[in-house]
Amino acid sequence: MSAFQGTRMNPSKFHKSQLKFLAFLIPLAIFMALPIVYIFFHAFKPIDELFAYPPRFFVENPTLQNFVDLFTKTNDTGVPMSRFLFNSVVITLIVVVLTVIISTMAGYALSKKNFRMKKAIFEINTLALMFVPAAVMIPRYLLIDELGLINTFLVHILPLLAMPIGLFLVKQFIDQIPDELLEAARLDGASDFQIFVRIIIPLVKPAIATIAILSFQLVWNSVESSSLYVNDEGLKTFSFYMSTLTSTVEGNNVAGQGLAAAASLIMFVPNLIIFIILQSQVMNTMAHSGIK
Amino acid sequence: MKKKPNKRDYSPWMFLAPYIIFFTTFIIIPVAAAILLSFTYFNAIETPTFIGLSNYVGLITQDEVFMQKILPNTLTFALIVGPGGYILSFILAWALAQVPKRMRTVLALIIYSPSMTAGVAMAVVWTIIFSGDETGYLNSLLLTMGVLLEPIQWLQSPEYLMKIMIFVTLWGSMGVGFLAMLSGVLNINTEIYEAGYIDGINNRFQEIIYITIPSMKPQMLFGAVMAVVGTFQAGAIGVALSGANPTPQYAGQLMVNHLEDYGFIRYEMGYAAAISVVLLIVVYLFSKVAWRLFGEKD
Repeated sequence: MSAFQGTRMNPSKFHKSQLKFLAFLIPLAIFMALPIVYIFFHAFKPIDELFAYPPRFFVENPTLQNFVDLFTKTNDTGVPMSRFLFNSVVITLIVVVLTVIISTMAGYALSKKNFRMKKAIFEINTLALMFVPAAVMIPRYLLIDELGLINTFLVHILPLLAMPIGLFLVKQFIDQIPDELLEAARLDGASDFQIFVRIIIPLVKPAIATIAILSFQLVWNSVESSSLYVNDEGLKTFSFYMSTLTSTVEGNNVAGQGLAAAASLIMFVPNLIIFIILQSQVMNTMAHSGIK
Repeated sequence: MKKKPNKRDYSPWMFLAPYIIFFTTFIIIPVAAAILLSFTYFNAIETPTFIGLSNYVGLITQDEVFMQKILPNTLTFALIVGPGGYILSFILAWALAQVPKRMRTVLALIIYSPSMTAGVAMAVVWTIIFSGDETGYLNSLLLTMGVLLEPIQWLQSPEYLMKIMIFVTLWGSMGVGFLAMLSGVLNINTEIYEAGYIDGINNRFQEIIYITIPSMKPQMLFGAVMAVVGTFQAGAIGVALSGANPTPQYAGQLMVNHLEDYGFIRYEMGYAAAISVVLLIVVYLFSKVAWRLFGEKD
C-alpha cells in the first residue's frame, strides 16, 4: 500500500498532499457562498446601512426591523404576508408527505413485484427524468382549467405529486433489499401491506429522506402554480410573493431591498437546515443513483 | 394487460395506481396534448382547427425572432451551462473526494447550497448585486477600483444580460447531479486504482480517463441527465433578472420565455405548443448525447 503513488480517494485523515485540492476548493467555496452570506447580512441591515454609499458587505448594527416590516406588510390587495407563508408551509408539508408515500409505493411495486409492463413503466419513468415541466405549461394550463382546478388550493399540490426522479431513486434503492427477506416475511404470514410498512419503509429511509428533500425544494421554491393557475391573492404562496418583491427592488427602491433580503433568507434557511439534517442519508441514496 | 403471469395478482397495480394517475395526468397527457395542439390553430377561445405543419413551418421560416435570437440564445446558453456546469460538477466532486470526510462535508454543503434555492428566489440577490445605479454592489466595487467611470445597467443591457444569466445559472448548478457524482467517485474500489497503476497508468489525467470515469458511468449518466434538465429548466432566469418578458432586445430570451410569450401573452396556443414540442426534442437530443457517452446499453 505504501508504494502506491496514485490517488487516494476518501482519505481518513489530513495529509499535506491534499493541500492542492484545498487550494482550489476553499477559494471556490468561499466565492460560491458569498451571495448567500451577503443576503444574510443584508437582511439584518438597518435602513441607513441599506442606503449607505458606498454599499457595505457586512452589517454593523444588526436589526430585526426588516423581518418585522416583512411580517406586518400586506400586499396591494390587503393580503397579509403571513397568509402567504401559511399557504406555503401547508402546501409544502402535504406535497412532501404525499410524494414520499406515492413514490415509495410505486418503487416497491416496480422493484419487487413481477408483472407485465414492469420494465416498460420503469423505462418510461427514466425517460421522464428528462421532462421539463416548463415546456408543457400551455397544455398543462388547459388541462388544469378543464379539470376545474384553477383558483383552488389543490392546484399547488396535485401537479407536483408524480416526481420521476423520486420514483427512480427509491426504486434503485429498494433493489438493494434482498428478496429473501421479503420471502421470509411472507412465510411468516405478513400481508403485502405489512411488508411494505414494516420492512420496506424502515429499510429505505435514506431514499425517503432524499425524495423528501428534492420534493421540498421543488414545492417550496415553486412560483409556477401561483403565477399561472391562481388569481385569488389569498391562495398564493410565499415564493410567489417573494418573486413580486424582485420587481420593486429595481432602481432606487432601497427600502425594498431589506424586505427582499429578509424574504430570501426565509426561503433559504429551511432548505439549508433540512439538508444539513439529512445529508448523510442523501449521500447514501446517491450511491445508488446511477442510470444503468 | 389482463393476462397475469400465474394467478390474477392486482397488487402491483394497487401500489402503482396513485403514481400512474398523477404521472399520466400531469406529464403524459400534457406532452401528448402539446404534440396534438402543435398541428392546430388555437387561440384559447374558439375550438382548435387543424392546420397541419403550418406552425412548424412558420416557426422555421417566418419567426425572425426565433431564428435570430431565441435559437442562438438557447443553444449558447445550453452549450455553456450544460457541459460547463457538468464538467465543473465532476471536477469539484473529484477534488472533494480526496479530502477527509469532515472537511468534505462542509465544503460539499457550501458548494451545493446555491442550487437549493437557485432560480427565482435567488434572482432577488442578484438583482441587488447587479443593480444598475452606483449603489449596486458590482457597480460600486468597479467604480471604486476605477475600472468603470459610470455605472452600467447590467441587467437591462443586451450586451451583459446573457453573460450574467450564464454566470448565475452555473453558480446554482451543483445540484443533485453533483451529489450523485461525488458519491460515485467515493464508491470506486481503491484496488482498481492500484491495478491501473500496475498496468501502466502514470498520471492523474490518465487515471481520470481510464479509471475514474469508466468506473462511475451510471452516476456520470445520471449527472448528465440532471445537467441537461437543469439547463433547460433554468429558462426563467433571464426574465426574473431583467424583470421583463420579452427581455431587453431579446438578449436573454430562451425558448421557455418565447413559449410563455406566445402562450400567455399573445394567446397563440397552437404556435406555443409547436415551440414546446421543439423544446422537448432539443432536451431529448441533448440527453441522447449523454446516453451515448455514458450509457451501458443503447
